Amino acid sequence: MADSPASPPDLLPARFAAWFHDRGWSARAHQLEMVARAREGRDALLIAPTGGGKTLAGFLPSLIELAQRPPANAPRGIHTLYISPLKALAVDVERNLMAPILQMGLPIVAESRTGDTGQARRQRQRVKPPDILLTTPEQLALFCAWEGARLYFENLSCVILDEIHTLHSSKRGDLLALDLARLQQFAPNLRRVGLSATVDDPDVIRRWMGYGRQADTHESVALVRGPGGAQPIVDMLLSEGKVPWAGHTAKHAMDEVYEAIKQARTALVFVNTRFQAEFAFQELWRLNEDNLPIALHHGSLAAEQRRKVEAAMARGELRAVVCTSTLDLGIDWGDVDLVIQLASPKGASRMVQRIGRANHRLDEPSRALFVPANRFEMLECQAAREAIAENRFDGEPTRIGALDVLAQHVMGCACSEPFDLLALYDEITSAGPYRDLPWEDYEQVVDFVSTGGYALKTYDRFRRIVKTLDGRWTVRNAETAQRHRLNVGAIVSPAMLAVRISMGRGRAGRKIGEVEEGMLEMLDPGDTFVFAGQVWALVAVTGTEVLVSPAVNRDPKMPSWGGSKFALSTFLAKRVRELMYDQEHWKVLPADVREWLEIQRDHSLIPPADDLLLETFPRGKRHFMVVYPFEGRLAHTTLAMLLTRRLERMGAGPLGFVCNDYAMAIWALKPMDGLDFDELFAQDMLGDDLEAWLAESFMMKRAFKGCAIISGLIERRFPGHEKSGRQVTFSTDLIYDVLRRHQPDHLLLRCAREDAATGLIDVARLGQLLERISGRIRHSPLEHLSPFSVPILLEIGKERSPGGAADMILAEAEEDLIAEAMS
Amino acid sequence: MSAVAEPYAFAISPCGGLRTRLNGAAVTLRPSGALWIEAARMLVVADLHLEKGSSYAMRGQMLPPYDTRDTLRRLQAEVVAAQPDAVVLLGDTFHDRSSEDRLARDDAEGLRALSGLTRLVWVVGNHDADGPRRLPGDVADEIAVEGLILRHEPTPGRQDGEVAGHLHPCARVVASRGSVRRRCFVTDGLRMVVPAFGAYAGGLSIRDEAFSGLFGRPPLCGALGAGRVHAVGWRSVAGD
Repeated sequence: MADSPASPPDLLPARFAAWFHDRGWSARAHQLEMVARAREGRDALLIAPTGGGKTLAGFLPSLIELAQRPPANAPRGIHTLYISPLKALAVDVERNLMAPILQMGLPIVAESRTGDTGQARRQRQRVKPPDILLTTPEQLALFCAWEGARLYFENLSCVILDEIHTLHSSKRGDLLALDLARLQQFAPNLRRVGLSATVDDPDVIRRWMGYGRQADTHESVALVRGPGGAQPIVDMLLSEGKVPWAGHTAKHAMDEVYEAIKQARTALVFVNTRFQAEFAFQELWRLNEDNLPIALHHGSLAAEQRRKVEAAMARGELRAVVCTSTLDLGIDWGDVDLVIQLASPKGASRMVQRIGRANHRLDEPSRALFVPANRFEMLECQAAREAIAENRFDGEPTRIGALDVLAQHVMGCACSEPFDLLALYDEITSAGPYRDLPWEDYEQVVDFVSTGGYALKTYDRFRRIVKTLDGRWTVRNAETAQRHRLNVGAIVSPAMLAVRISMGRGRAGRKIGEVEEGMLEMLDPGDTFVFAGQVWALVAVTGTEVLVSPAVNRDPKMPSWGGSKFALSTFLAKRVRELMYDQEHWKVLPADVREWLEIQRDHSLIPPADDLLLETFPRGKRHFMVVYPFEGRLAHTTLAMLLTRRLERMGAGPLGFVCNDYAMAIWALKPMDGLDFDELFAQDMLGDDLEAWLAESFMMKRAFKGCAIISGLIERRFPGHEKSGRQVTFSTDLIYDVLRRHQPDHLLLRCAREDAATGLIDVARLGQLLERISGRIRHSPLEHLSPFSVPILLEIGKERSPGGAADMILAEAEEDLIAEAMS
Repeated sequence: MSAVAEPYAFAISPCGGLRTRLNGAAVTLRPSGALWIEAARMLVVADLHLEKGSSYAMRGQMLPPYDTRDTLRRLQAEVVAAQPDAVVLLGDTFHDRSSEDRLARDDAEGLRALSGLTRLVWVVGNHDADGPRRLPGDVADEIAVEGLILRHEPTPGRQDGEVAGHLHPCARVVASRGSVRRRCFVTDGLRMVVPAFGAYAGGLSIRDEAFSGLFGRPPLCGALGAGRVHAVGWRSVAGD
């Protein structure tokens, strides 16, 4: 930020200056700086807290340019493209943008376009593009796969990427970066603007959004910082000063949560999973004697219902909304003055984002209330509070673009216009995540797009893309292009089933939402569960619909929570370990937690932050080994899977294991005190053991399915395209098994392995752990369990078997049959 | 309970399969999904759907082209292990009418080699009503053997002694630890539907309407596990 902004009169045209003046505002320094950077034609990343006039800062240069444009007779194409991670945000920003446009009487047309936009409007937007188009990454990918995309975007002057910190580090981000590179080809003078709330390392984002092949690309993106907001006030709610041993729901504190809602004007109650959302909503309504308008918002609810809640919130009619990450992002609701986090926040950056939802005025501090559900969460909440106070956030690794996404993009390019192999490579490697893409990988991807990329060359005559006479690649025919366009996007959601009210005799009534297929595996007809804030009984599952009937006054059979889907950030985990070891620091903790730590210290031990505590003790007829790595459930589960294989070989006879975000417990037939723990935890675990386990694991199959869909190997099933009648499921597992046996080095297996290693089993995290604790395992042999081990032992029996145990399930069912026969 | 209330009797065979009686004939449900008819030394496999992968590729979905050789290798392994006098291909051996033309040369050779080891009998199904054009083997609509009648598609209503494929039976087996979906044999002791043998053949839940009315009592399910067939009662089978 070396450059100082030019003086306002130079930067703001009279009409704009007057507009600011009439509202009693003056343009903020970062808003003017964005105008100055735009004049220089520079890309810019603006980092400003929520409520800092960030969106206007992003659009201001475009509004000025458009206002000063001479009138034209013919449509001039899109001037500014705005990309938001959320459909709702695009629509919201469209509304906010209309205010200055209308108030200044600017001759500017701004329109949104999302998956929900009507057919007529979409058609019109193609023929007569608006000046400003607000849309999502998926719609942009679709645009780029159109014939005539080049012409459509040739006058594009600016692209604004909102909430860029949520986009860049994902497959959606990969696809978006590729589409940006494409747009830059269409309109070489295109300016890129990123808008972001808190980020720990802006250079990671600058490198991602920058254009070009050099490693120092981030230098070309100007960094603009908004003012720092007021320091948020974060309190912790301790019900009667006590924190429970275990649990994830914070049920114990619900009375106080309700009281806090009563005291606030409007509260957002954040939880980490949909089940927790349902549970908290249910509990709050049980207490809601004042009939406060408290609503529920999560991704499984019908879109219509979610929109109703959002609208009621915007009108200021609600006192509280219980929500998941669906409301993490910056839709402006103004009146929220309290953010409650039920159970642990898992990361400091996410928490700051959530806290930012309260009080969109910079001079007033946001208020937040942490409600830890158990003792380890209490430590975590404390560490997060301190991190927020110190303005320290979770760092993120630089991302390498996924090849399945690249395959989709290459196909999209071929659908739009013929491409030259070399030119497209240059274009792709100008996109941040693909800067280091090896030519060999690129060739493999193109071969995959064309024929599937198999060693057995039998599909040459079915090629999806073919060479033209001048040596360029183009899509085989219009039908193939059309099918590709129906499958664009890098979001793969698990198969969702519609939940409908049963009208009797298998007929389906009103739709109340959608659930993931997996959730139903836990329920049988007649079982009751909470959904959309009510208790329902499962009637039947028919094809893609779940039929339910209302169940009144019955205790729902709660499906297991499955813990949190977010792992504790590495950064926060380290702070928790430091807090635990630092006895001086314990002063800030409530008495019962302090006592718990003291007994742990005296009875077992509390290791320094970088060491690993390993406890062994007998209990019942079993022998336990408990470790506390704090690396998150995923990494722990992977560790447990690998350790049990090793313990098996060492003859310890492991019987089972259980993991949560903080710890992992394994139990066995024989004592494990005498084992060589350094050998047991040796880093070579991540070699053959990992490969052998991974190849068979359901996680690989799940990852493979995602890659197969994104890469276009198989098609998404679209609503209305499902086969009617008999549901013969031809699962990707079959494809995976065959491919693994016959071509184990295939591109998609590589993709799946990388996805599984990062997203599903957290190998990187596990690798860091093993490296950190090498030679630093502190063994504490005990005669009975320790205070730390209680929470994890309490989870035994609540866990369901991981998918790897398929044959154990079959064997158990067989035992049932024998029991059935004997009864 | 209907009149045929003789209890289910089954034993684990050395191959990991289940030995039981089907309408009086001694049979083994093998872990591969093949049915072994002891007295006739006959191996029955249904719904191979060869060249299903290339059938998708024709329409632009480039599924791995290895399904045919994968299926044939498993079949060869069964022939080597069981030494049958005859292998009955119980219909839908090819995925579509042009599948035979798309066979890779190696795969066609593999099938010919198989016919050197044993007698191949092609029972025709709805996907391949004409039988093979060039490949060796006999063609039949159905086969009667040991009190059993082998045909592709199950006949509605009671059909004692019928062995059929076509439906690709699959079961979601539920136990306290969770559930798992597997291909399976399904039988009431009098008739049987055998699982699809093809690598890419999908599955249909045995709780589906298509199975209703076939069995005289809640059938027994032989779910395919790793090297084992698991006998699973109707109560442990959930819908999809």
